[in-house]
Amino acid sequence: MKRATSVLLVAAAVFAASPAFADARSEAKSQVDFGVNVALRGLWREAIYRWEKAVEIDPTYAAAFNDLAVAYEHEGQLDKARKAYEKALEVEPNNAQIRQNYELFKEINDRASQKDK
Amino acid sequence: MTARLRRTSNRLALGAIAAACAVLAVACGGELFEVPIETPIRAKLDVSAFQRVLVAGFVAGGNDELDTNQETVRLLRSQLRSKSSLRVIDADAMTLIEVAQDQNKAAAESEAAANRVSDRELVDKDKTASAAAQPSALPQKIREQKDLEPYDRLFANTAYWKRIGEEYQNPLIVTGSVLFAPRTSAGFVTRETEVYDGLGRRSVVPTRTYMERKGFVLRPKFVFIDGRTGATISSLSRSEEVLYNAQQSTPALSSYFELMDRIVPDFLGTLSSQKIKGTRILLK
Repeated sequence: MKRATSVLLVAAAVFAASPAFADARSEAKSQVDFGVNVALRGLWREAIYRWEKAVEIDPTYAAAFNDLAVAYEHEGQLDKARKAYEKALEVEPNNAQIRQNYELFKEINDRASQKDK
Repeated sequence: MTARLRRTSNRLALGAIAAACAVLAVACGGELFEVPIETPIRAKLDVSAFQRVLVAGFVAGGNDELDTNQETVRLLRSQLRSKSSLRVIDADAMTLIEVAQDQNKAAAESEAAANRVSDRELVDKDKTASAAAQPSALPQKIREQKDLEPYDRLFANTAYWKRIGEEYQNPLIVTGSVLFAPRTSAGFVTRETEVYDGLGRRSVVPTRTYMERKGFVLRPKFVFIDGRTGATISSLSRSEEVLYNAQQSTPALSSYFELMDRIVPDFLGTLSSQKIKGTRILLK
């Protein structure tokens, strides 16, 4: 029984560390890192380009979707921002930072979409 | 032999767990960066046809301590001057209550004259119907929301607003009604209270207490009128209130500004694009 468990654990580790998974994630991560660096310097369009690439490479990368949502928000593309936040939360529903960003975004989005009475 | 095998498989299992954790740690990252952002919000109303704006005046009331019409005109003009591209026309704030009363009186008189002419031909039943069609009297003092409602027909008087528009060379006209009235409330409220246990440790617990509170309610309705045609383009209604402890004495003017602070961003957002500042967290 213990041997079977060990074999399963080894198999899981091997799968997680498999070149395909690691390559996609590390490639996406390098795009995300680059995006963060340029966003911190105010180059949001370049950051969007990088983060869009990151989510294309790894559609399970919640941080990339979060960053993309923040950038869309900064550019006033509120529909795209909402979709990206929703995707980030779909991947990581319990991520407190993403949830906090999303709550702040919703406040602004509600205000922007408020209909005239 | 069996023991050695068991030790080997245990080591393998631990190694696998460590490897999986390392992979997950790398994958999950964990670095975060707080960044300032400015979200641009487009204006709700297309005011590109106008270069100038006239904040004409408001049908206002609800409080004797404050000239709500004057204060609202002054505040909106100063906000528009600093936060919109429209040129603000400086003019005396119109006393729209008087304007509406005059219009109402004129309408009643012409209605009465028309009735006198047709009275000879009307039977009793029709006379009653004719009297009901006369414009109802406008309340002299504005105390509550329902007192403001009869004044709404002033904003629909396109001929009047067209004339005002011509006088000021066809600007965008901002008018409407504002109720700023005292409000009292009594009931249970949840407050956070400090408590100390036997060891002197402090904690904060929510407690429900009965409180009498007083404050104000502010209900503006902004009406945006095309000065070229006199027609209403749009309107915006908001309602905000603030309540304080009954023992606390807060001047009406400071409560008015506190409430207007919450409403002005929406007002400005109707006329001009805004940038909303905030911070967000970027993740790696």
